[in-house]
Amino acid sequence: MLDTVVIPLLKIAVLVNAVLVAVTFLVLMERKVIAWAQSRLGPMRVGPYGILQALADPIKLILKEDITPVKADRYVFTLAPIMSLVPALVVFAVVPFGPDPLYYIGDINVGLLFIISVTSIGVYGIILGGWASNSKYPLLASLRASAQLISYEIAVTMTLVSVILTTGTLSLVGIVEAQRESGIWFGFIQPVALVLVFIGGLAETNRAPFDLPEAETELTGGFHTEYSGMRFALFFLAEYANMIVISAVVVLIFFGGWLRPFPNIAWLGFLDLLPAWIWFVGKVFLFLYVFIWIRATLPRYRYDQLMSLGWKVLIPVAIGNLVVTGVFKVVF
Amino acid sequence: MLEITPLHYSLLSAALFMIGVIGVLVRRNVIIIFMSIELILNAVNINLVALSDQLQDLAGQVFVVFVIAVAAAEAAVGLGIIIAFYRNKETVNIDEIQIMRW
Amino acid sequence: MAEALLFYTLAALILGLGVMVVSARSAVHSVLFLVVNFLLVAVLYVTLNAEFVAVIQVLVYAGGIVVLYLFVVMLVNLKQAPERFSDPRRLARSGLVLGGVVLALIVVVVSSSLRAGAAPEGTLSGFGTPFTSGNTEQLGWVLYTSYLIPFELASMLLLVAMVGAIVLAKRHLGE
Repeated sequence: MLDTVVIPLLKIAVLVNAVLVAVTFLVLMERKVIAWAQSRLGPMRVGPYGILQALADPIKLILKEDITPVKADRYVFTLAPIMSLVPALVVFAVVPFGPDPLYYIGDINVGLLFIISVTSIGVYGIILGGWASNSKYPLLASLRASAQLISYEIAVTMTLVSVILTTGTLSLVGIVEAQRESGIWFGFIQPVALVLVFIGGLAETNRAPFDLPEAETELTGGFHTEYSGMRFALFFLAEYANMIVISAVVVLIFFGGWLRPFPNIAWLGFLDLLPAWIWFVGKVFLFLYVFIWIRATLPRYRYDQLMSLGWKVLIPVAIGNLVVTGVFKVVF
Repeated sequence: MLEITPLHYSLLSAALFMIGVIGVLVRRNVIIIFMSIELILNAVNINLVALSDQLQDLAGQVFVVFVIAVAAAEAAVGLGIIIAFYRNKETVNIDEIQIMRW
Repeated sequence: MAEALLFYTLAALILGLGVMVVSARSAVHSVLFLVVNFLLVAVLYVTLNAEFVAVIQVLVYAGGIVVLYLFVVMLVNLKQAPERFSDPRRLARSGLVLGGVVLALIVVVVSSSLRAGAAPEGTLSGFGTPFTSGNTEQLGWVLYTSYLIPFELASMLLLVAMVGAIVLAKRHLGE
């Protein structure tokens, strides 16, 4: 009873709260980093150096009036943000923060496929949110967003297949263990796959430079134009939770998860003094920083450019990478 | 009653199959008819997976993989036909899809 | 006990959602119920030791096919449901037919499973691939050895379907 029910429930509670708190601080981090990139200070008013902004934003969103448009489909309008957030949180069930069973909720033998399939459910929140608002710009934005998500999902899944080919396992713990045994992070064995997954991840989370669904200048705000208050906050949480998911997946598959840098060099063993989960969280935040850095640096793609990049560049390269990996696997 | 046998799964499958058939026969919206067909395919899949577990034989699961592949192909072509038709006649009512009959 | 409880809960939800799919007034609601239905069926597969099939069910059905349905529902964006043309006599007729088929199905299932008893030796499967829980690797092995030709045929089918769907949905062919 204790091992099968109580402890997993405790872990789930801790993890969900940790993710949500991480999201609020991630928003602050994004504003600060972009501000520094543009020679500004960013939020400074709430708390020392604006740190409490991370609390002020959620409080504002909770207290704000929650408006449902008269012509909206009431049930679907309420359901859409939930359908958007839940998959983003469910994914963390299989993300291992360390080698010990204490650090993950479940290590299932189809872990990577589980992540791919659950994130593919998230698209419903976006489509339905845009449709239920009964307003033309959100509908356009949601159709764009879902077309983008589906297109890039193909490329990412195709790329991950070549990674699975290298490891021979779908379990995330198994993938990290394989990197420890081979003494090298897969990012160095599969550099093409790393780049593909990262670009695909940017597109799947609707981040800059692929943030067309939220292109304010064209669409007045995106699929959540009609949302306010807590329901808007749920969409917001989902977007940032998805960013964390993508970073975690990239770290687990290509950057050795909880392993210290250079796991094959013995004299760096003192790095193991830091607990495994700190390495993991640190690497995840490094990638989140890269996400933000890219947003501060690159201009937005045009929609047709986005689609032709996905279908005419990423997918063929992913297939090519798969073929090359297969040939290497057979020859060596 | 408390022990779950393949019979239970078969009954569940039969019931779901029936719901699908009812949908196909009663609804007039082509898209919903297609969705009912997906329900029917799912009912079959439940049976296959349950029996695969019962007989400890992977053949059932392999069949399910093929059924899913065929369902994907069917959905793609079927919805393509619906869109092409809707463009010509501005309707998805199956009773009005009768241009072969004058 | 727990197993029975899980099964009955899942079965009730699956059937209830199935009814909602075919009876919902709005096509979008129908699609939503269908998604939840497929997710619950995937849970049922997990209880039957078929993790890979469960994940494929979520990935392909819930994450792929149903999104396609949703797109089409939004694309055709109906002003009124086609049901306004429905003919009550046909509903009654189909109800009768359905009742008969339900009865036949259940009778066949129950009688055959009662009659079967212990299965005869060696006739269970053509390929005889017993499995344990956590069978993704075995499934892949079987799929690429015993079922290689059907597998390739399925991939050809998908390719043909893809080309066909694009041709059908393309607006101005050859202009």
